[in-house]
Amino acid sequence: MSDSGDTRRRGFVREILGRSDYAIISEWIEPGSRVLDLGCGDGELLAWLAENKAVEARGIEIDARKVQRAIARGVSVYHGDIDQGLTDYPDGSFDYVILSQTLQETRRPLHVLREMLRVGRHAIVAFPNYGHWSVRLSLLLRGRAPVTRCFPYQWYDSPNIHFLTVKDFQTLAREQGWTVEREIFLSGRYSGRLLANLLAEVAVFLLRR
Amino acid sequence: MIVDTQYVRFDSLSLDCGATLSPVDVAYETYGRLNESRTNAILILHAFSGDAHAAGLSRTDGKPGWWDNMIGPGKAFDTERYFVICSNVLGGCRGTTGPSSINPATGRPYGLSFPVITISDMVRLQKKLVDHLGIERLLSVCGGSMGGMQALEWAVAYPEMVVSAIPIATTARSSAQQIAFNEVGRQAIMADPDWNGGDYYDRQPPARGLAVARMIGHITFMSDESMRVKFGRRLRQKEEFGFDFSVDFEVESYLRYRGSQFVNRFDANSYLYLTKAMDYFDLTNGTGSLAEAFRNVKARFLVISFTSDWLYPSYQSLEIVNALRALNRDVAYCEIPSNYGHDAFLVDIAEQSEIIRGFLASTYRMVSSS
Repeated sequence: MSDSGDTRRRGFVREILGRSDYAIISEWIEPGSRVLDLGCGDGELLAWLAENKAVEARGIEIDARKVQRAIARGVSVYHGDIDQGLTDYPDGSFDYVILSQTLQETRRPLHVLREMLRVGRHAIVAFPNYGHWSVRLSLLLRGRAPVTRCFPYQWYDSPNIHFLTVKDFQTLAREQGWTVEREIFLSGRYSGRLLANLLAEVAVFLLRR
Repeated sequence: MIVDTQYVRFDSLSLDCGATLSPVDVAYETYGRLNESRTNAILILHAFSGDAHAAGLSRTDGKPGWWDNMIGPGKAFDTERYFVICSNVLGGCRGTTGPSSINPATGRPYGLSFPVITISDMVRLQKKLVDHLGIERLLSVCGGSMGGMQALEWAVAYPEMVVSAIPIATTARSSAQQIAFNEVGRQAIMADPDWNGGDYYDRQPPARGLAVARMIGHITFMSDESMRVKFGRRLRQKEEFGFDFSVDFEVESYLRYRGSQFVNRFDANSYLYLTKAMDYFDLTNGTGSLAEAFRNVKARFLVISFTSDWLYPSYQSLEIVNALRALNRDVAYCEIPSNYGHDAFLVDIAEQSEIIRGFLASTYRMVSSS
């Protein structure tokens, strides 16, 4: 992905969630548990969890520069691809496996989700909702690939290759027989359940097999 | 930082081949201070042609250590925080007992009567040194290439003593290609008539054979790109081809120079013994299962490889990392982008320094808080 796109997206995540993505994940994650963060970037979340929740933190990241920054701050990160990177972990290695904002960028999202639930007791998945009204409206009225706050890329430089909506994810979870333990829908600084598939910009799910 | 090489003698060392060496001398250096709780000791393990002089300036010749860019005040191995030890390996020729040492039974240099040694023999001797220094646990063991093999061996052989291990640009078992290059080097030495069956210490040493071996080595340490950048097709002090077999190209001149320099500081028989030790190295003991080999390991790991290293390619580091992940061990891994080939761990140190510094700091925090 381009640097500017990445900065935009990270900026966006901060703007919409503030500290609340940490707050949500922190609230869900039990202290002292084993946590694997997929696409962990420079390890900011993991370092925070290690510091504040005393978790045993591990990460996977594909960008060498980010891996170096993560290791430099003391987080044990594996330099590799999350599409294949989980294979070597035994079943149930972690209490939580986190996939934040990268599901839509994976080559084989279903495979990744299944692997997350194999190596982890719980999976935490956050993704931008392609069913948001701004996306629908953009396509309907402008007739062009949507460029919105959550999907800030032109079609030709987007890292996103699998678009999904809240409803898509819920349907998949039901079909796969996964239990949705918690779900939170965020829009701007607000969270609520009302018309989630239309109003949520980002959805966060806590799953187990 | 002016440093002195120190020496210690041990009564004997039993070897994997069944023989016992006695006595055994070890050359070593230390930098920084051991803290009161003795929790800040780091053992640095040198690569094939290294020695005990890893950092600082030698009092005898003023030369900087081979990893002086990594070890020192404020550097990756910060000697203001850590107590750093480096010793010459068993079988070497820089102060520790090796084939050029005097065999007490004959009063003459061992030569080929020196027993064939292994990486685990080297580590067993280092363990004696660490015991001698009164250190029960090492905050870290770290080395590149052959030093990385020793770091892995340490973590496996003495799991209770090793808090963390940093194997760099290395492998858990030598590959056919690595063995092949080592064999070519040995053949070059043994084909030199001056080698004389390893018995040359009172006469002309096999300088030509050793120089050729070193030239081959240097080619494997560089990458196609680093050679292209460094030499290209530039001619050496001439405008046109010489149409003879003197030096035409810069790269030829460089290899000849490095080869001839090496002869002054390295023993041809040590070349044979150390390359053989690397060839024999297989952490799995032939079982092929690294996960089995790592089963009792307690250390946390930082594994580093370099993109352009074709002598110790990243897949070999990944074998180590994946075996450790399969056991749920604490392992960090980074493949650092570099054009310097296998030499990268010695010369391309900015990113390597950053991650080692952070890894050591977090390991030290764990030790200090527990």
